[in-house]
Amino acid sequence: MYRYDEFDQDFVNQRTAQFTDQVRRRLAGELSEDEFKPLRLMNGLYLQLHAYMLRVAIPYGTLNGRQMRKLADISRKYDKSYGHFTTRQNIQFNWPKLEDTPAILEELAEVEMHAIQTSGNCIRNVTADHFAGAAADEIADPRPYAEILRQWSSLHPEFSFLPRKFKIAITGAPHDRAAVQVHDIGLQLARGEDGNIGFVVFVGGGLGRTPMIGRKVRDFLPEEDLLAYSEAILRVYNRYGRRDNKYKARIKILVHETGLEELKADIEAEFDKIRHGVLRLPDEEVRRIEAYFAPPPLEVLEVDDKGLEDRKASDAAFAQFCAHNLNPHRVPGHTSITISMKPIGGIPGDATDVQMDVIADLAERFAHDEIRISHEQNVILPHVALKDVPAIFDTLVAHGMAEGNAGLITDIIACPGMDYCALATARSIPVAQEISERFGNADRQAEVGELKIKISGCINACGHHHVGHIGILGLEKKGEEFYQITLGGSADEKSSIGKIVGRGFSSEKVVDAIETLVDTYLGLRAGKEETFLDAYRRVGEEPFKEALYGIS
Amino acid sequence: MKVITGNRLLDGEVVWMGENGSWVELLSLAKILHEKNDVADAMALAKKSLDEQVMVDAYEIDVKEEDGRVVPVRLRELIRAAGPTTHPHLGKQARPTLV
Ligand code: SF4
Repeated sequence: MYRYDEFDQDFVNQRTAQFTDQVRRRLAGELSEDEFKPLRLMNGLYLQLHAYMLRVAIPYGTLNGRQMRKLADISRKYDKSYGHFTTRQNIQFNWPKLEDTPAILEELAEVEMHAIQTSGNCIRNVTADHFAGAAADEIADPRPYAEILRQWSSLHPEFSFLPRKFKIAITGAPHDRAAVQVHDIGLQLARGEDGNIGFVVFVGGGLGRTPMIGRKVRDFLPEEDLLAYSEAILRVYNRYGRRDNKYKARIKILVHETGLEELKADIEAEFDKIRHGVLRLPDEEVRRIEAYFAPPPLEVLEVDDKGLEDRKASDAAFAQFCAHNLNPHRVPGHTSITISMKPIGGIPGDATDVQMDVIADLAERFAHDEIRISHEQNVILPHVALKDVPAIFDTLVAHGMAEGNAGLITDIIACPGMDYCALATARSIPVAQEISERFGNADRQAEVGELKIKISGCINACGHHHVGHIGILGLEKKGEEFYQITLGGSADEKSSIGKIVGRGFSSEKVVDAIETLVDTYLGLRAGKEETFLDAYRRVGEEPFKEALYGIS
Repeated sequence: MKVITGNRLLDGEVVWMGENGSWVELLSLAKILHEKNDVADAMALAKKSLDEQVMVDAYEIDVKEEDGRVVPVRLRELIRAAGPTTHPHLGKQARPTLV
């Protein structure tokens, strides 16, 4: 598990003191809003529609019970007793007062947390597979590398004023659960011919106004070159990335405008200059960091736990939960549990203070004190013995977190949208809630199978709509909310950008349109094993278009 | 018809300009501006609030009368005036004073 080293502790304390003074100066009139805004953003503090919003970093989505309990406590003390987990594996508080934020940051620092690099044109919180260190299909835990990247990028002087924000994601398994191909840099762990670890490197992926899938720039980058190569990419971007137009400033535009081959050559040339220098990663250092992430000692247990099987046979909701919310663990007799933060009709990613406390308790009692936040806005207990699943499930039921819908149609990603966000053009949460209610019946959603719906409240695409199997983008047209639907997006190892299916729908009609799409899929799928995405890829958009708009 | 709105510096609270350049927490107490000149005068007062660290920002919005109440024209401003539509127990809509 990541922990502060002395440098971090010192630095975070200094930063908190600095921000405390900046807030004081702002309130005393020594700093104008124009001067203060970049400073508060560097500390994760935004101004939204109703209030300030504080975004707290959860590095690669990993935290422990004590940290989760602190988040619950902060929400109670300084906010309105809830928090919102985001698609960047962070948490946001929606109602803090400016005058309270220094105290909040101090409290966070007590548990080795902070809000640094959650905003601004810097390298943001590195995200990783939420099953890291646990998944059966994993080559290696990607978090040590995420941590190495975090240390390298934290306050990197050369990269504090990038043309635009910069996002890195990493996965340790061939099945990509971290959406690496839609990040500025995407890293996929691989084993070389000699059995050593390295990375497949993608550059220039991203969503937002101009969605693009990352282009592969390296089939295999040796472990020791991770930092030098990343630095080379950043240098090329920092030098050539456009600064004249913020909508064209991400590295994806540079890749697009320069062309892959030329850019690759630039990166390799830069890499060649620095690869033998200080950025070469010594093996001892990687192993030292790896030790922070040492897996908990897990005993090999029975794969067929009788208690669990009996309960499955007698309790349909529990069976549903086991069918969808358990991910295969590398140690027999164990599993990773997805705690769905998507109750039927609820708000994707919201957790109350009580729920956060309960999660902390469960992690400490049953899960070796490890918790993850997934980019799909759920909470994961990565290391759980199968025999403990019934007890955990019962506690989750008591606190409204036991929906067995992970990966199903009601496991929707939705950004805050116009209910909170100052940039929004339409609401997204109410659409998610209505879809969830429409399809909430357990049998119905199990019948539909895997289907990822993702909703954004504006073109910035925080809700990842471009890579939803069904994507929904909320826009404004003549003063009314209006929703554009895309089909065929995906954010795994076969990433694709969804295609707009046709004209958009009003807020009253959009959920009917989704139902039409789902019914169309059910009518044409080759069998239950053919998912919505597979079916769409097989038949194309025509049947869906026809169902929505009739024959043109 | 217009009113001036913005967020208060200290707590981010949504407020509107009331009488004499004061800031009020309910839209129903906001001063309605009918003429261009009124808006310009109000914005000059608002500028003062920005300079005095009372407000973070201030801008004019369109409002209309509906069933005898003043309501914002745009949905964004309606939501600011009420609170998140997803959390009826939060924001101004939850206040007993809101009629
Ligand atoms: S997608 Fe737009 S509306 Fe949604 S959170 Fe991002 S900026 Fe706000």
